[in-house]
Amino acid sequence: MTAAMEPASADLAHFGRFGGRYVPEALTGALDELDVAARDALEDPAFQARLDWLRRDYGGRPTALTLAEGLTEEAGGARIYLKREDLAHTGSHKLCNVLGQGLLAQRMGKRRLIAETGAGQHGVATATIAAKLGLECVVYMGAEDCRRQHLNVVRMQLMGAEVIPVESGSRTLKDAINEAMRDWVTSVSDSHYLIGSVVGPDPFPRVVRDFVRVIGEETRAQVLDRHGRLPDAVTACVGGGSNAMGIFHAFLEDPDVALLGIEAGGEGLDTDRHSATLTAGTEGILHGARSWVLQDEWGQVRPTHSVSAGLDYPGVGPEHAWLRDSGRATYTAATDAEALEGFSLLARREGILPALETAHAVVPTLRRARELGPEGIVVMNLSGRGDKDVDEITEVLEATGQAPGAGAQG
Amino acid sequence: MSAGQPAAPTVPGRVGRAVREAGAQGRAALIVYLPAGYPDLDTSQACLEAAAEAGADLLEVGFPYSDPLMDGPTIQAACQVALDHGYTPHDDLAMCARLTPRIAVPALVMTYYNLVWHYGGVDRLDHFAADAAQAGLAGAILPDLPASEGEPWARAAAAHGLDTVFLAAPASRDATLDAVAQRTTGFVYASSTMGVTGARTALGSEAAPLVARLRARTSDPICVGLGVSNRAQAAEVASFADGVIVGSAVVRAAGEGGPEAVAELVADLAAGCREGHAAR
Repeated sequence: MTAAMEPASADLAHFGRFGGRYVPEALTGALDELDVAARDALEDPAFQARLDWLRRDYGGRPTALTLAEGLTEEAGGARIYLKREDLAHTGSHKLCNVLGQGLLAQRMGKRRLIAETGAGQHGVATATIAAKLGLECVVYMGAEDCRRQHLNVVRMQLMGAEVIPVESGSRTLKDAINEAMRDWVTSVSDSHYLIGSVVGPDPFPRVVRDFVRVIGEETRAQVLDRHGRLPDAVTACVGGGSNAMGIFHAFLEDPDVALLGIEAGGEGLDTDRHSATLTAGTEGILHGARSWVLQDEWGQVRPTHSVSAGLDYPGVGPEHAWLRDSGRATYTAATDAEALEGFSLLARREGILPALETAHAVVPTLRRARELGPEGIVVMNLSGRGDKDVDEITEVLEATGQAPGAGAQG
Repeated sequence: MSAGQPAAPTVPGRVGRAVREAGAQGRAALIVYLPAGYPDLDTSQACLEAAAEAGADLLEVGFPYSDPLMDGPTIQAACQVALDHGYTPHDDLAMCARLTPRIAVPALVMTYYNLVWHYGGVDRLDHFAADAAQAGLAGAILPDLPASEGEPWARAAAAHGLDTVFLAAPASRDATLDAVAQRTTGFVYASSTMGVTGARTALGSEAAPLVARLRARTSDPICVGLGVSNRAQAAEVASFADGVIVGSAVVRAAGEGGPEAVAELVADLAAGCREGHAAR
C-alpha cells in the first residue's frame, strides 16, 4: 500500500448538493478507512490485476452485447442492443460490485461481510464472493422479500451465508439497509458493509460506481467496434441505481448519448403504490446521503410498492439525483403492467427471461427506439436474469388470468 | 409558570449549565430519553414530567422517525407505536410546548436529521429551530448528523439559542473528536460502546478512555449514553462522566408501568448518579 492518504475532500464526497455523509459518528472512521483503501486500491496494479482476473476468469466478463432482433422488429425503429449482464456469474451486474468490494474488505483485513438485499441478487453476489474469498457473510433481507424471492434465499444459504429476515418497518429493502447499518455500527472493527447499490453515505456511491462502471466501458467499446460511432441512447432500470450508473458513467462526457433511467411506477404514479423516487419524490436525506426520497411532507419515508423487490426502494443514489438535476440524464417510470409486458416481450421475442427489475426498462426502450427511427442505436442494460422471478410472475399472471398454460387447462 | 401559557424564550447555555449544576451538587447529571407519542401524546408528556420530578436533570424528547438506524428494538418499537398513531413532528412540538412550562429542567429534542431538514419544506433548518425554541426546547441531538456535516444546523440552532449536542464514539479518530468538540454546545454525547441504543447487561470498557480523550479537547461537560439501564451502571458511568444518559430502560418502564414506573426507575438511576460521583 502507498502512504496513508487523507480522507476525501468535501467536493469528492458530494455530487453537486447531493451525497455527503449523514450517519452516526461511530461510522465515520470506517467510512474514512474505506475511502482511503478504495483510492489506494484503484492505483495499485496488483489490486487491479487480481480484480481483472476475477472479472474475466471467474465472473465471465466482458459480457456480450446482443443485437435484439425481435425487439428491434417489434419497435420498428432504431436498432436495439442488450448489454448482457444476465450472462455474468450469479446472473446479474451485482457481481461487478462485490468482486471489487470483496477485495477491498480483504485488503482492509475484515473477516466478515454484511449485506442487505432486496431481490436477493446482491445477497447472492455477496455470498458468492464471501465463499470465494473465505469470509463470513450475513445478509439482511426484508421478510416480505424472503418470501417473494425464496430461490435466492436458498442460493445464499447453499454458499454458506446466513440470511436474516427483517421484520421491522415495511419488511423490504429499506428496512434491510437499516438493519445492516445497525449491525455495522456494532461490528465495524472486523466487518465490512458491502452495500449493494450506489446509495449510502460517502464514499459508498463513488466506490460502487467505480466498480460497476466497467459495464459502460465495455458497452462503449463494443458499440464503437461494431458501428464506428456511439449509441444514441442508453437505458437502464433504476432502483438504487447501480446498474444504471454502471452503464451510464462511461457516456457522461458524450453529450450526444441520451441517458434514460426507468423507475418502478408500480400501480401508477397517480397512486401511492410505486417506487419512482426521481420521477415522483422530493429531496431528502435517507441512508446517509442527500438525494431524492419518497416521503411525506414531514420527511417520514413512505411505504413503496413494486412488483420487483429490487426496485422497491424509497431512495436513489445521489449521483442520479445530480444527473437528473443537471439534465444529463432523464428519468421516467414504467408500471408493474408495463414491466410484465416487457418481461413477456423479452421472453417470447428474444428467448431471454429477464429479472423483473430489468423488465421495467423494455417498454420505454422500445418507445425510445421508435422515436429515434431506423438509423438510431439504443443500448438497454439487461441487468439480470429472471429465474428468481418465475414463481412471482406466475402468481401475478394467474391473478390476472394470463398464466402460461392457463388456456391449455381449460 | 402553569400549563397553557406560552413557553419561556430560550436562554442559551441552559443545557450545559444544568449538567454543571448537578456536578456542583455532587452528582453526575441524569439525562432521560423518552419518545413523544408513546404510548400516546398525553401519556408521554406525563412520563416526561414524572422523570423530571423524580430527579432527571435534563430530558431528551424523541421525535419518532420512520427509519431510526441508531436505535435498537425497544426504542424502534415505541416509536413505531407513535408513528402508527399518525403523530407528526408538529404534534410532537405542540406536546413539548405544553410540557416545558411545567418542568424545571431543560428539554432537548432528539431525532433524525431528515425530519429537521424537511420541517416546513425542503432544507428549512431555520424553520425547525424557530419552532423548537418557541416550544421551549433548549437544544437538539441529531444522532445521524456528524460534526462534519453539522455546520448548517449549528448555525440555524445558534440563531435561535438552541444548544447542539454532537456524538462521539469509541472508534472516532482524533480529528473527528476535534470536530465534535469544536461544534458541540451544551454537552458532548459520548457513546459508551460501538452500537445502537438498548439496555445492556454490562457496559464495555471503552467509555472511560473516550471521555478522557474528549476532556483533552473541550471544557464542555461530557455525558455518556448507550446501554445504561440500572442504578449500578449509572453509578459506574457517574464515576468518570459528567452525565449519564438513559433511554431504552426508561422507555420500557413507560410502556410497562406508565409515569409511576418511570418515576421509580428515574429515582433509582438518580441515586446511582450520586453514588458514582461520590466514589470519585
